[in-house]
Amino acid sequence: MHNDLINSRKFDGDKVFIGLTRWFGIGLIVLLVAILISLIVLSAPNIEAFGFKFLWTSKWDPASNQFGALVPVLGTIATSIIAIIIAVPLSFCIAILIIEILPPKLGAVVARIVELMAGIPSIIYGMWGLFSLAPFLAKHVQPWLIEHCQHIPVLNYVFGGMPIGFGIFTAGIILAIMIIPLISSVMRDVIATVPSLMKEAAYGVGATRSEVVKHILFPYTRAGMLGGVILGLGRALGETMAVTFVVGNSHKLFSALFMPGTTISASIANEFTEAMGTLYPSALMELGLILFLITFIVLAISRRFLSNAKNKGGAE
Amino acid sequence: MIENLSFKRRLHNHLFTTFCYVVSIISILVLATILWSLLKRGAGHFNIALFTQDTPPPGSDGGLQDAMVGSFIITGLAILVAIPIGVLIATFLSEFGRKSRLSNQIRFVNDVLLSAPSIIIGLFVYALMLRTTGSFSGLAGAVALAIIAIPMITRTTEDVLYLVSPMLKEAAVALGISRWRVTVLIVYRSAKSGIITAVLLALARVAGETAPLLFTALNNEFANANPLHPMSSLPVIIYRFAMSPYKNWQDLAWSGALLITVVILALNLIARAFARKKT
Repeated sequence: MHNDLINSRKFDGDKVFIGLTRWFGIGLIVLLVAILISLIVLSAPNIEAFGFKFLWTSKWDPASNQFGALVPVLGTIATSIIAIIIAVPLSFCIAILIIEILPPKLGAVVARIVELMAGIPSIIYGMWGLFSLAPFLAKHVQPWLIEHCQHIPVLNYVFGGMPIGFGIFTAGIILAIMIIPLISSVMRDVIATVPSLMKEAAYGVGATRSEVVKHILFPYTRAGMLGGVILGLGRALGETMAVTFVVGNSHKLFSALFMPGTTISASIANEFTEAMGTLYPSALMELGLILFLITFIVLAISRRFLSNAKNKGGAE
Repeated sequence: MIENLSFKRRLHNHLFTTFCYVVSIISILVLATILWSLLKRGAGHFNIALFTQDTPPPGSDGGLQDAMVGSFIITGLAILVAIPIGVLIATFLSEFGRKSRLSNQIRFVNDVLLSAPSIIIGLFVYALMLRTTGSFSGLAGAVALAIIAIPMITRTTEDVLYLVSPMLKEAAVALGISRWRVTVLIVYRSAKSGIITAVLLALARVAGETAPLLFTALNNEFANANPLHPMSSLPVIIYRFAMSPYKNWQDLAWSGALLITVVILALNLIARAFARKKT
């Protein structure tokens, strides 16, 4: 014991150890800055060549060194929006079922199964999309939607294209399946912050379950729910492999959901190893930079909502 | 009138409850279909040759041995690098930095890295590689996976370290033990199963990562266990083979997909078992 004290005076273990942990923490910040800088540096040739025009031109022709980000950017946004539209109501229902409807033990089992879905790597979803979902949609879902929507204005444009199974629509569905576990687990956490006193009071005055959900749970957890939704959006925006398999990888501007398109991450995954010259890889780098900035903004927003929700849960 | 109203409310409630059930059952069915197609298409070629033979050219027999070895080396290196770094950062956040401004900034950066698309990490490591070794290598793939694993380990470990009873720490400090020894001998030891959970979850996540390996570890047509050369890995082989028009490659892709899914789900289950062990 005495020895220990003397030792620790001679060689200040605390200083070294705490310093070490601190420097690794600072290293993490340096890493993020390094990622940003290297993306900017490597996309510099393309930024010089096209400037802001890169964002709204759709021509992507490596042969003539013409690059525009419009199609991948639109594809990223379109697939993610489809994913959110499908995934949010489903995740909400799953979260409500697990917490409010099922007995706790059974709820835990369902929660475990949904968590299992989150563990499956994205490449598996991609393969399943390629070999199972896309043929299924091409055969059963897309022809039906095209047939029934052809006389409805707007919808006949949205659900247009050829029923080939690949494209923006299929990619959106795969993304939806992938982000359901994430969104529903955030929603579950947020719903759990609702004081049971409030719920019981509502049940006590005779409210039905759906009324409790609508008038108590939903208003109370709105901010947190939105945080979860935006977190899921961030995941969908950046997902690569699942999309690459089914999106069709076409740089032609799509005008309907059943048409093939591409996303930022799919373009990078597909083309980066083949990109020759200076301009082509740097155009892909700039796509990466755009994606990074988008996901960064999305994350910042979701953190805001989620921390508001947490504070509320603590204060009230 | 009142009867009527309450009937409407009851109906509404029943519809809502039924809808929740139906939606959840559909979601679980989708999961089941995915697992079912993995089994149906992957199990047929799941044999010894899969583990003992290297990846074949189109049209001939073979296995996935070299890809498995590659994956093992790449993820192994990545996780070995990520464990100390992640745990040390988590230690700073939960033990020393606490609520300081620096800690909050590190937490924010950690969240950003956690949600950064993995393909961006691949691009970054590619850029790093250009400046340093100048060629594709298994090592570069490992670095990319480590960058993905570090924020995961940090995040989970930080949460686990908070659970260590402060009384335990205070008692140790009161005995005159230096803080770093308290951390290593007491905090880490009592949080051991939680840290193992964090590591296993990170391992499960990076083992299936494909995008960051596409242009770092690349691929190798020849068996290679040297991390300084391009190296094939299970996820990249699955991607290439599944997208190919050759039947035998597609079959191998399914077997590989089944293998990797089983391994990852097993890792997840073991991780949860460890998580339950901590009291």
